[in-house]
Amino acid sequence: MNAETKIRAPFDVRRIREDFPILSQKVHGKPLVFLDSAASAQKPRAVIAAMTSAMETQYANVHRGLHWMSERTSDAYEGVRDKVAALINAPSRAEIVFTRNTTESINLVAHSYGRGILKPGQAVLITAMEHHANIVPWQMLRDAHGVELRVAPITDAGELDMEGFAKCLEDGRVGLVAVTHMSNVLGTYLPIARIAALTHAAGAQLLVDGSQAVVHRAVDVQALGADFYVFTGHKLYGPTGIGVLWARRALLDAMPPFMGGGDMIGSVSFERSTWAEVPHKFEAGTPAILEVIGLGAAIDYVNTVGMDAISAHESALTDHAIAKLSEIDGLTIIGRAQDRGGVISFTMDGAHAHDVATLLDRNGIAVRAGQHCAEPLMRRLGLSSTARASFGIYTTPEEIDFLAATLVRVRSFFQ
Amino acid sequence: MSSFDDVRDLYQDVILDHARNPRHMHILDPFDAAAHGDNPMCGDQVEVRIRRTPDARVAEAAFQARGCAISLASADLMAEAVRGLPDADIRALAADFRDMARTGTTHSAAPAIEMLRPLSGVCEYPSRVKCATLPWAALIAALDGAQEAQHE
Repeated sequence: MNAETKIRAPFDVRRIREDFPILSQKVHGKPLVFLDSAASAQKPRAVIAAMTSAMETQYANVHRGLHWMSERTSDAYEGVRDKVAALINAPSRAEIVFTRNTTESINLVAHSYGRGILKPGQAVLITAMEHHANIVPWQMLRDAHGVELRVAPITDAGELDMEGFAKCLEDGRVGLVAVTHMSNVLGTYLPIARIAALTHAAGAQLLVDGSQAVVHRAVDVQALGADFYVFTGHKLYGPTGIGVLWARRALLDAMPPFMGGGDMIGSVSFERSTWAEVPHKFEAGTPAILEVIGLGAAIDYVNTVGMDAISAHESALTDHAIAKLSEIDGLTIIGRAQDRGGVISFTMDGAHAHDVATLLDRNGIAVRAGQHCAEPLMRRLGLSSTARASFGIYTTPEEIDFLAATLVRVRSFFQ
Repeated sequence: MSSFDDVRDLYQDVILDHARNPRHMHILDPFDAAAHGDNPMCGDQVEVRIRRTPDARVAEAAFQARGCAISLASADLMAEAVRGLPDADIRALAADFRDMARTGTTHSAAPAIEMLRPLSGVCEYPSRVKCATLPWAALIAALDGAQEAQHE
């Protein structure tokens, strides 16, 4: 009997799928099997409707107008700040800064905290499994500001080498640790609470890149012990163009602004300007109003389904996928972390990841292939590219079975 | 079982054959010019080396590569196609090939284009066109005396 019969979803995935209009599309005449949610997730009707409805019924610029439309739009916009704060259990709504995406959130911290608070000679510590978004901003800071960039090693299983990590902190020069919560290549969850304890014992602050993790698990920034937590909306079933930076209030207060302009000021004269209170100090210019509203709808949506249920669903899918893919001769799953989520990278003997992806695509299956914006990690693993299947709220065990069956055919095609 | 009939336009037998058993994938030494090409998006890398004849034609081209079936087959067919040609013909052929990879058709008068025609199917796969053109970019860089291929 097929393995899918053994899986009992914590919610009715078929009902969930009806919420995502795009999932009824066909690709090359085949039903779309979307296994690329780690790159960007599809959008439920609730998100689409919220953004459309705002444009059709309730839209103006925020924090400016003394008119009804502006006030209502400001309420909607600021209401999402509360939703985000609740989503990650932030102590205060004022600690939620809207950005464009995770990349901009990290750049904001690299600029404002990096140049404003870190001193030349201090170090920033990252890990060998970071996305380029959590590497390049620190390299730019290093070159501009004279801080050192350190890289904590990982194990062959794709976990953080905790001993090596602790060693990197030993000389007391690390001022900031910046790590992913969940690897976008390996699916590995990092033990953030332990990392936070070591980081704080060494007198440093901790930034956590939650781009992948916030989608798959309930996040509690206080329980994690993070000082900065960053993520993006478009992987959380929300729109593109909206990201989040959470940081402890004291840090945000101490940091100089990132960008200057309207909305982020107290008062302006040609001689000098003063800054608005946080979070507005970090939100220069007209923000992504519609995208914030869309993000709010996305958070409502995942809360309605329930983060714990989503987590259980994806955990079952991941176990199922690992079991199915492990059966395929010549297929190697990259990374064997104990604690991992619904992102599975793999290679296939005799078939390059691109060729695998093209053949899967012709069967309607969307996966990512390449280096996944993590070139240094690929080099560490001795790989030039992998194919990656990633799961979301709407992924079904049947889709994974179809992936596995198609991969068997791909393998024989290239043999 | 492996009836991917609809990808046969891309993965023709001749392409699969050259990808599995490339004839020109070896380290050419000595050589007169070399250049490296990489596609950082996907991790594909190719190094092309050429040896000249006394009258400045390409006596032999060879490559080392890490890449997909399309890029390997393209590099191998390229090495075969340019043998004995003067630089001007190779440049014209490269331009014709790039055109064919993008549009699927060619008006090229170069006899060597026939050898490359099996790769014309790549035009249906826009994200894969670069796989086919990367070895050519490296070859042209080698002819130019550059070390690195220009990113397209």
